[in-house]
Amino acid sequence: MAYDNAEQLEEFRLETRKWLEENCPPSMRTPMPDDEVVWGGRNAVFKNPESKLWLDRMGEKGWTSPEWPKEYGGGGLSRAEARVLEQELRRIKARPPLFSFGLWMFGPALLEFGNHEQKLRFIPDILKGKTRWCQGYSEPGAGSDLAGLQTRCEDKGDHYLINGQKVWTSYADKADWIFCLVRTDTSTKHEGISFILFDMKSPGVEARPIQLISGESPFCETFFTDVKVPKDQLVGRVNGGWEIAKRLLQFERSSISAGGFGGTGGSGILGPEDYAKQHIGTDESGRLTDGDLRGRITDHKMYAKAFSLTVQRQTEQAKAGQAVGHTASILKYAAAKMNQDRHELLIEALGTEGLGWEGEGFDKGAKKVTRQWLRSKGNSIEGGTSEINLNVIAKRVLGLKEHQ
Amino acid sequence: MSFILTEDQDMLRETALSFVAGELPVSHLRALRDKGANGNDPATRKKLAELGFFGVIIPDEPGAETFGLVGLGQILEAQGRTLAATPLLQTALIAASALQLGGTPAQKVEWLPKIAAGEATFALALDESAHFSPYSVSTEAERNGQGFTLNGLKKFVPDAHYADMLIVAARTFGEAGDRHGISLFLVPRGAKGVGIQALNTVDSHGAAHVSLDDVHVPASALLGPADEGADILDPVLDRAAIGLAAEMLGSAQAAFDMTLDYLNNRKQFGQLIGSFQSLQHRAAKMFVELEMTRSCVAAALGAADAGKSDVAELASLAKAKAGELVHLVSNECVQMHGGIGMTDAAEPGFYMKRARVQEALYGSASWHRDRYAKINGY
Repeated sequence: MAYDNAEQLEEFRLETRKWLEENCPPSMRTPMPDDEVVWGGRNAVFKNPESKLWLDRMGEKGWTSPEWPKEYGGGGLSRAEARVLEQELRRIKARPPLFSFGLWMFGPALLEFGNHEQKLRFIPDILKGKTRWCQGYSEPGAGSDLAGLQTRCEDKGDHYLINGQKVWTSYADKADWIFCLVRTDTSTKHEGISFILFDMKSPGVEARPIQLISGESPFCETFFTDVKVPKDQLVGRVNGGWEIAKRLLQFERSSISAGGFGGTGGSGILGPEDYAKQHIGTDESGRLTDGDLRGRITDHKMYAKAFSLTVQRQTEQAKAGQAVGHTASILKYAAAKMNQDRHELLIEALGTEGLGWEGEGFDKGAKKVTRQWLRSKGNSIEGGTSEINLNVIAKRVLGLKEHQ
Repeated sequence: MSFILTEDQDMLRETALSFVAGELPVSHLRALRDKGANGNDPATRKKLAELGFFGVIIPDEPGAETFGLVGLGQILEAQGRTLAATPLLQTALIAASALQLGGTPAQKVEWLPKIAAGEATFALALDESAHFSPYSVSTEAERNGQGFTLNGLKKFVPDAHYADMLIVAARTFGEAGDRHGISLFLVPRGAKGVGIQALNTVDSHGAAHVSLDDVHVPASALLGPADEGADILDPVLDRAAIGLAAEMLGSAQAAFDMTLDYLNNRKQFGQLIGSFQSLQHRAAKMFVELEMTRSCVAAALGAADAGKSDVAELASLAKAKAGELVHLVSNECVQMHGGIGMTDAAEPGFYMKRARVQEALYGSASWHRDRYAKINGY
């Protein structure tokens, strides 16, 4: 469906608008409470039944990822059409039908590196939210130095045998399948890594949630003991996994940073200046009475505005075909700083009101901020630490040399 | 708003970049300084006029398309790269904007073609203290028969040591600090009673203190409505802040490029100093700031052309971010060059000196942060 002129694109807009009018359930046009986010998968939870309807309808059209090819169940839309769809969804304030590491990270990598059979097998279920994926990257001994990973993958003739441990596996306890980096050659570092897929129900897989400083447990330690994996589940070539891993990290950093971890605030969300007005107060000119805090809040707000303008600029430049190298690292670094600064300011503006943990006596919204503040500390660690991102910028963008 | 230049704007950018690189390198400013020219450079003005740079935002005929502030911003960014001292900010941007926004038909007919042709240069005489505070105008303009009599003192007026015309902000009502009661006047620099004290400034661009001692101007010298000059001044100052931010972005980019080049060539301990992680991370952080500031400047230029309602907010964003950026990068430029950076023979010092002047003009980062906060309601 290639539209080569504005008139046809307008037609597509009208059709899309009509379809959305008929198919987007009313409650899916309201702001989404945290507990109604849909992650899909075999054990999908739909607190609001309309969110299942919405996912099924969008998944059927492939519009959960509108630009993916039709032959694998994607929307098959051109960039221009996808933009129209995006605008129309925004117009009716439609909720995203699906949150998914499959859509954001694994799918794009599989489309680039997988074979036809693998794409046919896995992509449609990602689009329909039938399979929930998790990412097996970090290990206890391989964090920033990811390529130092040790999880062994041995060729046993008709299958692979996997032994080892992953850590910081997001939602491993809830995921159906894992895309995993494993070592297929111990005699070399980067060139001995492969990219493999397997079912989390396979015998020998165990996921244990890790409790974080925020009190929440979105991550797991994941153990593999003699896990048998069919040979057709290795993506790309044996020992060729590092290239896929790096590409996927770019998708991960982009998906993290496009939203800036939420650090740009947004309409309806209270910012540090709102809490400061409430808990500290303003003078007769309307300025916050704590001038020092006011200045630091402004620094942050300017940073956040500059960040969203930069996302906008780089998106436009990419669309106009003007290459912008390694923007993911730049944005990931900035997003982490922004969101952490925001939460420190939120806590500071809340004063003791922001220091509650649970139970009565504290405002519900404030308690949520407290948890998010603690969670935000991970922003400069996950998906490549800020230091690693600065290394990438220094070496790949600025061309500074390795230390000899 | 678009972040992508039109083909014409892009060509203008390329022309400007190659012009400043070829004709106005930092060594040109150094030579002007060494002969005591104080940034007064008639030969360069002639070349800028030939290139049409003075008329970038002035339509050939009323209603015609121009390159817009986005176009002029590209030129200012280019001149910022080599710290070129030109009248473009005062004349091509500030005066052209003030006349277009507030000029009478007769004033427009008289001055806009002369500005576009590079035949008349202007300077905005506003500040009266060492800090930008646009409504703190004490200079008096007393109604006097058919005209006005001006008395007061203006400080550190860029280009006033050579400009043909001054745009003077004076008070026709109320007292210093009031927004209402300010009026703008077109005053020939050579008018009787105008005193010019040329200043040797740290950036070698020069400036002047301007004294107005019973200066008589006719009623036709009034630019915009009497008492409501702030209605003209506010948008003009926003545009000035945005244009200067574009220049600062260019300066920061050039100082950064120079630093990067040094990091990639200078060896200590048998290593390129750019291979040391502490310097790599500082360079990377500067680059992130550069990218973010570039977005702010582009957004502000675009918003000014589109006449959007958030121009003031974006002007403050751009000027504050550019101020922080050029401050950081110029300091790091000196530091990372080590002893060489402290010498007059090298160029880092020129960038640092110019940076402080750029930072102070049309509102420091802290002035604009305060305004940004006010606009955002806290």
